[in-house]
Amino acid sequence: MTAVEFALLCAAALLALGPVAILLGRRAVATPLIYASSAVLCLALTGAGVAVLAGMAGVSGRVLPIGLPWLGAHWRLDALAAFFLLVVGFGSAAASVYALGYGRHEHEPLRVLPFYPAFLGAMVLVVLAHDAFSFLASWEVMSLLSWALVMAHHRAEGTRHAGYVYLLMAGFGTMALLLAFGLLAGSGGDYAFDAMRASDRSPAMAAAILALMLLGAGSKAGLVPLHVWLPLAHPAAPSHVSALMSGVMTKVALYGLIRVVFDLVGPLAWWASPAVIVLGALTAVLGILSALVASDIKRALAYSTIENIGVIVAALGLALAFRANGMTATAALAFSAALFHIFNHAAFKSLLFMGAGNVLTATGQRELDALGGLIHRMPVTAALMLVGAMAISALPPLNGFASEWLLFQSVLKSPELPQAGLQIIVPAAGAMLALAAALAASAFVRIYGVGFLGRPRSEAAQKAVEVDRFSLAAMAALALICVLAGVFPGVVLDLLAPASEAMVAARLPVQADQAWLTLVPIAETRSTYNGLLVLVFIAFSASGSAWLVHRLASRKLRRGPAWDCGFPSDIANTQYGAGSFAQPLRRVLGTVLLRAREEITMPPPGDGGPARLRVHLRDLFWDGIYQPISTVINAVATQANRLQFLTIRRYLSLVVGSLVSLLLVLTIWN
Amino acid sequence: MDRMVFDIAHLLAGGLVLVSFMMIYQERLGALIRVFAMHAVVLSLSVSWQAWTQDAPHLYVTAAIALVFKAVVIPGALLRIIRRMGIHREVETVVGSGLTMLAGMGLVAMSIVLMLRLTETVDAFAREDLAFALSVVLLGLLMMVTRRNAVSQVVGFMSMENGLILAATGAKGMPLVVEISVAFSVLIAFIVIGVFLFRIRERFDTIDLGALEEYRGENQ
Repeated sequence: MTAVEFALLCAAALLALGPVAILLGRRAVATPLIYASSAVLCLALTGAGVAVLAGMAGVSGRVLPIGLPWLGAHWRLDALAAFFLLVVGFGSAAASVYALGYGRHEHEPLRVLPFYPAFLGAMVLVVLAHDAFSFLASWEVMSLLSWALVMAHHRAEGTRHAGYVYLLMAGFGTMALLLAFGLLAGSGGDYAFDAMRASDRSPAMAAAILALMLLGAGSKAGLVPLHVWLPLAHPAAPSHVSALMSGVMTKVALYGLIRVVFDLVGPLAWWASPAVIVLGALTAVLGILSALVASDIKRALAYSTIENIGVIVAALGLALAFRANGMTATAALAFSAALFHIFNHAAFKSLLFMGAGNVLTATGQRELDALGGLIHRMPVTAALMLVGAMAISALPPLNGFASEWLLFQSVLKSPELPQAGLQIIVPAAGAMLALAAALAASAFVRIYGVGFLGRPRSEAAQKAVEVDRFSLAAMAALALICVLAGVFPGVVLDLLAPASEAMVAARLPVQADQAWLTLVPIAETRSTYNGLLVLVFIAFSASGSAWLVHRLASRKLRRGPAWDCGFPSDIANTQYGAGSFAQPLRRVLGTVLLRAREEITMPPPGDGGPARLRVHLRDLFWDGIYQPISTVINAVATQANRLQFLTIRRYLSLVVGSLVSLLLVLTIWN
Repeated sequence: MDRMVFDIAHLLAGGLVLVSFMMIYQERLGALIRVFAMHAVVLSLSVSWQAWTQDAPHLYVTAAIALVFKAVVIPGALLRIIRRMGIHREVETVVGSGLTMLAGMGLVAMSIVLMLRLTETVDAFAREDLAFALSVVLLGLLMMVTRRNAVSQVVGFMSMENGLILAATGAKGMPLVVEISVAFSVLIAFIVIGVFLFRIRERFDTIDLGALEEYRGENQ
């Protein structure tokens, strides 16, 4: 059995688990059975991906006689697909293990269980598809099933709105993809990926396809300005599904983008790349800025996903720019940085969403201002969350640092680009990405500090208890991946080298050969990074200074009230809150980009009541793009409504009029 | 001989278009129905001529169906209906009949230009036939749009269908089944419309469609 057949079998089994869940119904065995089987199947898929990447199994394809009769369904597991299969596999496996514990708290399991494994199966099929029809069909199934999962808690406030917006955006995205594949197939109309890859097209046509792919895949991944559904829909879903949607499904969308833009379209002109780079950098900054002011923990995480997607897309744009100029080694650097960050983000974003899920289970609260002090009551969750927060903030020696470091290495190579325009744009975008990275650190200090440190701000936070072992085990596995990928980045980079070789015709130097596990992206004389060394240094200096402090100063341990600022008060609001922590940055950056406006109500003199500060935020894109569009559509629909109440003769006249005008057009045309 | 055959087919199809024009300006319902009967007679003549020239005996059946149903049964039934309703002497003022005639001429010109251009590969026989058939269909539609009386709309619909039959018989090798099913569906439509006419009349005391529109609470 070839690797692709094995992967297809696993995907089919995942799809089949959906009906099984319906048959099992409300039986208690349903939840553990479905999630455990999903976890096993996803681990098997991860294995298949690793086997192909490591060269243990060959690249294989398969044509099944289903779908369009003259086309069949083409499936193929090449290096790129294998890498994404690995990402989808481990992310889904972790989410399934997590759900073994988390899913027990589900009130209506039948709203989640049938869709969950089928959703996983559809994501795997998107990655394996090798013709436009299978790709789009799997893509649509993935969209619809994730919509059903978003709607699982449809009675909760805002969920239906989120589902509606998501459905609209998904429809729009698929429309754009459909057009992109139509252009790719050309007049010949062969929808197999092999035929698309073989045909030639003009630079303008290739750029048009790139634009359509940015719209189609970008709307699913969360590129600005198509990101509006993401902070609504991702938090609305159950937490393990949020982890999947944010950590894994956005990566499947990026897979679509990479597959078309790097593989099928063929060579792209250099002038196509600045749009991608700028779009990515803008997305990163806007995403993280919104995360910084969001008061809902899951919403903040969803915004942070937008930021990471922006970083990845900017790296892909850099790879396009370098590749168009024949600098394949540097293109491989940027491309590997993008893939590495995809891998990393899948790990730490899933981890963080699971942590948020734990908080939700323990307290029932998602608002940061209702949390606080959870580190005492949920120590394991808090420690694992800390790993995730540090990794996403790109702190060494964790994995987020390694991938962002690689990205900035490729930014630093931009002076070697021949075009003056790119020489200006790339460092500017690099500065924006650096700003985004710094803001990300501050956003996660806020989430972690307000959520887990300090004193409880509500009774629910005070009474929180640690969650079950399955959830913690899944999180621990992801945290381990974050640490290992950060300390040994060379292993991951060597693993994804075949994908880079297939897409940009070059790879990074083999990292396994480097002494002391050092990461050498270009040449040893230029820049190196050694995660292990950093880890050892941090461990030594931290434990050394702790030892010194305890040795030379006092050994006594004193426990005092947290964050009372020298003013012992019972009111938890005297601490730093989510709003107050974000205030400085909100004032500096948010006035323009988020339309932040503060409104202070002072009590009249003599009144003992408190002064109030209200912050109004407006979504620039919602007001500037979506609102006008929906107004126009509504106006047109209202006008068209009148067609419903015409008289019989007017209907007839309408029919005759349109017939005659069509015939007239035909007459003139010929 | 060939020239002769073509000219006669041309004459009959052209005659059908001419009778369609005659229907447009008939103000009295009775006269309109009689002209429609004439329309059907010309159609059946045309179809039998096609049957003779194409050597296709089943077309005689089509011609017979057209003659029996369209020229005798349906006009007779319609005449009975309007007598029973007492509207056989009613004058339906056709608004702007001159303008409608002009529009009809425009439609005929358009369909001839269009068909002659589109069907350059087909033999001349079918080309002319198709052009005239499209004209008859469009004129029938035009009549349905300009008339307000339900009976004249029914007549417009039927004449439109005559155009379809003309097109179908012009092309060689059209099986009889198609024509029979078309004829049958027209018959059913006639029965349904006839029943509706009485229902409308019962309810509104008129078969002027304007009354229906008033009933729906809309001004025109």
